[in-house]
Amino acid sequence: MGYTLNFNLIWRHFDKLWGGLLLSLELAVISIAIGILIGLLLAVWYVSAGRAVRAVIAAYVEFIRNVPLILLVYLVFYGLPTVVDIAYSAQTSFIATLSLYSGAYLVEVFRSGLEAVPRGQLDAGKAIGLTPWQRLVHVRLPTMLRITLPALSNTFLSLFKDTSVASVISVPELTYGAQWINFNTFRIVEVYLVVTAMYLLTGYALLYALRLVERRFRAAH
Amino acid sequence: MLGQIAYALPFLAQGFAVTLWVSLLVVVLSLVAGVMMGVGLVYGPAPLRWAVRIFSDTIRGIPILVLIFFVYYGLPAVGLHLESFWAAVLALTLFKTAQVIEYLRGAVGSIPKGQSEAAMAIGLTFRQRLAYVIFPQAFRRFLPPWINGVTDAVKGSALVSLLGITDLMHAINQVIGRTYEAMPLYILGAVIYFAVNYALSLASRRLERRFSFIRE
Repeated sequence: MGYTLNFNLIWRHFDKLWGGLLLSLELAVISIAIGILIGLLLAVWYVSAGRAVRAVIAAYVEFIRNVPLILLVYLVFYGLPTVVDIAYSAQTSFIATLSLYSGAYLVEVFRSGLEAVPRGQLDAGKAIGLTPWQRLVHVRLPTMLRITLPALSNTFLSLFKDTSVASVISVPELTYGAQWINFNTFRIVEVYLVVTAMYLLTGYALLYALRLVERRFRAAH
Repeated sequence: MLGQIAYALPFLAQGFAVTLWVSLLVVVLSLVAGVMMGVGLVYGPAPLRWAVRIFSDTIRGIPILVLIFFVYYGLPAVGLHLESFWAAVLALTLFKTAQVIEYLRGAVGSIPKGQSEAAMAIGLTFRQRLAYVIFPQAFRRFLPPWINGVTDAVKGSALVSLLGITDLMHAINQVIGRTYEAMPLYILGAVIYFAVNYALSLASRRLERRFSFIRE
C-alpha cells in the first residue's frame, strides 16, 4: 500500500472543485429547463399529430437514446461547426447537447404522462365549456406535470451526473476540476474521494429536496 | 472523403470489436456480481444488507466518468497495477453491478411473500426456494430492465476511449485526427452505436411482451 493520505493540496485548490460543482449544477439546471421546453412541445405535438410528425419525433427520441452522450458531445462541439457556419464556446455547445439529450428523454416522460391523464378530466373540461387550448393549459398539463414529477426529478439527477461528460471538451465543471488537481498535484486518491463525496452529498441533497416538492404537490390534490 | 472513410473502415471495425468485447465482459461480470449481491441485499443478514446498500447507493450516486478515473488513476496509487483495459472494465462493471442489484431487488420484491412461505412450508431449502420458486417468477420482471441496461453498457463503454483504449469511439477520434472529416465520421459512429442499441431495445421490448403474461 504505502500511500499516505494528504488533503492539503486539495484544500489549496478547492476553489476549482467548488466552482466546478456550481458550474455542474448550472449546466444541469439550464439543460433541463430547455429540455423541459423541448419535451413539452414535442410531447403535446406528438399526441395530436399525424403519422409523419410522429415518426420524426420518434426518430429524434430513439436516435438520442441509443447513442452515447460522449459521442453527441463530440459531434456537436467538433463535428457540427465543420459543416455549418456557427461558432460557440464549449460550454454553450455542451448545454445545447445536454438540452437535446434531456429533451429526448423528457418527450417520452411527458408523452406517457399526457396519456395517463384521466379521460374524465378532459370530458369535464369540455363540459364546462373550455376551449381545447384552455383544456390543455388548465386541465391536461397541470395533471400531467403532477404525474410526471418523480420521473422529472430522476431525469434532473441523472443530468447532474451527466454534466461530468462536459470535462471531455474542457468545460471546467466538477470532474474537470478533479482531473486538473489529479494531473497537477498527483493527490489522486484524495481528490477523487473529495469529488465523490461532493457528487454524493449534492445528489442526495437534491433528491431529498425534490422528494419534498413531489410530496407537496401530491398532497395538494 | 468517402475514400478516406472506406480506408478507415477496418480500423473502425477493430474498435467496434473492442466496444463489443468491453460491453460483453461488463454485462456478464456485472450480472454474476449483481445477482449475488442482490440476493445478499434481499436475504442477507443486516451487516451484509447495509454493505450492499451503501455500495449500490454510492456507485449510483456518482458519475460513471468519475468512477472510471477513480479506478484508473487511483488503483496504481494504492499499489494495484491494472492494465487500462481491465481498469476500465472493472469501473464499468462496478457501475453496472449496482444497477443489476437494484433490478434484482425490484424483481424479487415483486414476488408475493406467500410464495416464499409456501416453499418453506413444504420444506425447501433456501437454495431450492430461490432456484425453483423465486427466480423463475422474478425472471420475467428482471429481464426487460436488464436488457435495457445492456444498451447502457454499450453506451457507457464509449467512455473507455478516455483512457486511451481504442474502442469504436476512440477509433473514430483517431481517424478524425488523421482525415479532419469530423462530421461524417461522428455520424457514422452514431449510426453504428444506434444500430446495436436499437436492436437491443427492440429485443427488450419483444421479450417484455413475451414475458408480460403471468403463467399460472
